Amino acid sequence: MVAPARAEAAVTSPRGGGPTGPTGTGRRKPRISFRHRASAWDRRYSPYLYISPFFLLFAVVGLFPLIYTAWVAVHDWDLIMGQGEFIGMENFAHILGERAFWVSLRNTLSIFILSSAPQVVVAILIAYLLDYNLRAKTFWRMGVLVPYVVTPVAVALIFSNLFGDRYGLVNSTLQAIGIDAIGWHSDVLPSHLAIATMVNFRWTGYNALIFLAAMQAVPRDLYEAAAIDGAGKVRQFISVTIPNLRPTIIFVIITSTIGGLQIFDEPRMFDQYGRGGADGQWQTMTLYLYELGWTRSDFGLASAVAVLLFLLIVAIGLVNFVITRRISSSEAKR
Amino acid sequence: MSALEEKPLPIIPRTGPATAAKNDDDPFGRDRSGSGAGSRPGARRRRGGSGGPGRGPGWIVYGCLAAVILGSMFPLWWSFLIGSHDSTILSRDSFPLLPGGNFLENATSVIDTVPFWRATMNSIIVSTVTAVSVVFFSTLAGYAFAKLRFKGAVPLLVFVIATMAIPTQLGVVPLYQVMATLGWIGELQAVIVPGLVTAFGVFWMTQYLRQAIPDELIEAATVDGCSMIRTFWHVAMPAAKPAAAMLFLFTFVLNWTNFFWPFIVLGPQNPTLPVALQQLQAAHFVDYSLVLAGATMATVPLLILFIFAGRQLVSGIMQGAVKQ
Repeated sequence: MVAPARAEAAVTSPRGGGPTGPTGTGRRKPRISFRHRASAWDRRYSPYLYISPFFLLFAVVGLFPLIYTAWVAVHDWDLIMGQGEFIGMENFAHILGERAFWVSLRNTLSIFILSSAPQVVVAILIAYLLDYNLRAKTFWRMGVLVPYVVTPVAVALIFSNLFGDRYGLVNSTLQAIGIDAIGWHSDVLPSHLAIATMVNFRWTGYNALIFLAAMQAVPRDLYEAAAIDGAGKVRQFISVTIPNLRPTIIFVIITSTIGGLQIFDEPRMFDQYGRGGADGQWQTMTLYLYELGWTRSDFGLASAVAVLLFLLIVAIGLVNFVITRRISSSEAKR
Repeated sequence: MSALEEKPLPIIPRTGPATAAKNDDDPFGRDRSGSGAGSRPGARRRRGGSGGPGRGPGWIVYGCLAAVILGSMFPLWWSFLIGSHDSTILSRDSFPLLPGGNFLENATSVIDTVPFWRATMNSIIVSTVTAVSVVFFSTLAGYAFAKLRFKGAVPLLVFVIATMAIPTQLGVVPLYQVMATLGWIGELQAVIVPGLVTAFGVFWMTQYLRQAIPDELIEAATVDGCSMIRTFWHVAMPAAKPAAAMLFLFTFVLNWTNFFWPFIVLGPQNPTLPVALQQLQAAHFVDYSLVLAGATMATVPLLILFIFAGRQLVSGIMQGAVKQ
C-alpha cells in the first residue's frame, strides 16, 4: 500500500522542487488526482489485503484437506502408492464392519463423558472458591492454571506412571487401605478413567478461570436480593450463580466437544506401544485413524474414519445447538 | 498514542475488552501495591462489604484452594521425584518422599537417547515463529474487521468465527499429502506454516481493537494523509499491544504443547519436545526414572515462562471467556 504512494512522491518531488508560485496549481492538479486515485484504491482494497492471509491459509491447510478427505475416502488409496481406483462406499463398509471401529467409538465417547462432565462440576466449584475476596488473588489463579502449560505428552507420561498396574502410586495406595489393585492398563473402564484424569488435570483450572470470569459478571445485587429473601449460601449458589453461568457452561461444553472427541495425545502415550491397549481398550477414533493411515498405510480407510468422526462431531454439535436454543427460548418466555 | 505505548503489558486499558477485569476489584494486585493509584477508585467500594461470595473467606476456602493447587502441582513434583532417582525406585517397598541425587545422570541419558537439544531448539523455533506470525496477521485482520469499512465485512467475520468450530485436524491425511508433495515431511515448516494465522487470533484481535482504538484517531490519521498501512502501523499496532501479548502467549503455549500433527509429520531426526518425549518412552518404557526426568526437562521451560507471564495468561483467559 505504501509503495504506490512512495513511488509517486519520488517522481513528483523533483518537479515540486521546480518553479512554484502562481503556476504551481496547474502543475499540482494531476498529481492530486493521481494521489486521490491511489488513496481511494488504498482505502478500498487494503481491508481485503489485510484479512487475506487468514483466508488463504485456511483454504490451503484447513478447508481443502477437509474436503479432499472425502475424495480420498471413496478411493483405494495407499500411503506410498498413492491414489488407486474409485471404490465408492467400500472403505466405509469395511470400517463399519471392523470391530475396532465400534470399540474406538465407544472409547471416545466414554473418555469424553468421563472427562467433560466432572470437569465442568469441579471447575465451577473451584471458580466459586476463587470468587471469594481472596488475599493474593493472582497467586491462587495462577496456581490452578499451572497444569495448562504442561504438554499433554508429559502429563500422560506422569499419569501412566501414577496409574501403573504394578508399581503405581495409585494402586499402592489402594492396596495400603485394603482395596485390590486395579488394572488401569488392562481393563476398559479403569483405563478410560485414567485417561480422563489426565484431561481433567490439564483443563479443569483453565475452565475454572472461565467460570470465574462469568461469575464476576453476575450483578452483585442479585445476591443481595436473594439474601434479603432469606436464601443461604448454598441456595444463592444454586438459584443465582448457576443460572447465570448457563451460557458459559454451554460454551465450555461445546468447545470441549470439538477437542475432546479428537483426543489423541493422552491415549497415544498411555503405554509405550501407542496402539490403545492390547485389545484396543483405550483406542480412540483418532488413534484408530492414525493406525489405519500410518501403520496400515491405508489412507482410504483412514479418511473414511475422519469423515465418520467429522459427522459425529457435527451431530453432537447440532444436539448441543438444539439444547442451547431450547434453553434460551424457555428463558425468554419466563 | 504514547500513553498506550508506555503502559506495561499486563495492564489492560479500561477501554479494552476487560469486561472481566472491570467487575473484578483487583485482578493484578495493583490497588494494593499502590502503583495504580486512582486507576480504579470505585472498584473496591463496589464489591467490598457486599453479600454473596464477595465476603472475606475463612480458612476453609483457603484450605480447599491450597488442596486444589497441591493437587495441580503434585504430578509435576512426582515427575521430578521419580526422575531424580534410579530405575529401581518404583519397585522398592516404599515411595520416596525426597528427591534423589540422580537427576543429572538421568538427564544425561535422556540427552544421549533422544535429540533433546535439537527438540528444544525446534520447539522454541516453532512456538516463537508461529506466535509472532499469528500476532502480526491477526492484528492486521482484526484491525480491518474492527475499524475499516468494506463490503462483506460482517459475513466474512462470521465465516472466520465459524471456522473455529470446524475440526480441521481431521484433514490430516490430505494435509500430509500436501506436505509430501512439497517435500516438507520431517521439516519444521510443515509444522510452522499451517499455524501462521488462526481464526481464534483474528477473532480475539477484532474484539479487542474494536474498543481499544477510538475511531477519531483513525480519521485523524486519514485526514493527515496517512496511507492505510501507515495508519495500521502507527495507530493499531501500539494500541494492540496488551492483547497481542496475550495472544502471543496462548499461541506459544499451544504450539509448545502440540503433539498430534508434529508427531505425524516430523520424523525422529527432527522432533519437537513432545515428539522427543514419545521417542524416549518408546525407547525406555521400563526405566520410568529416565522417562520422567525427560518429562520434567520438557516441562521446566514453560514453567519458567509461566512464572513471568502467568498473570497475563490468567487475565487473557478471563477476558476471552466473557467476550464469548
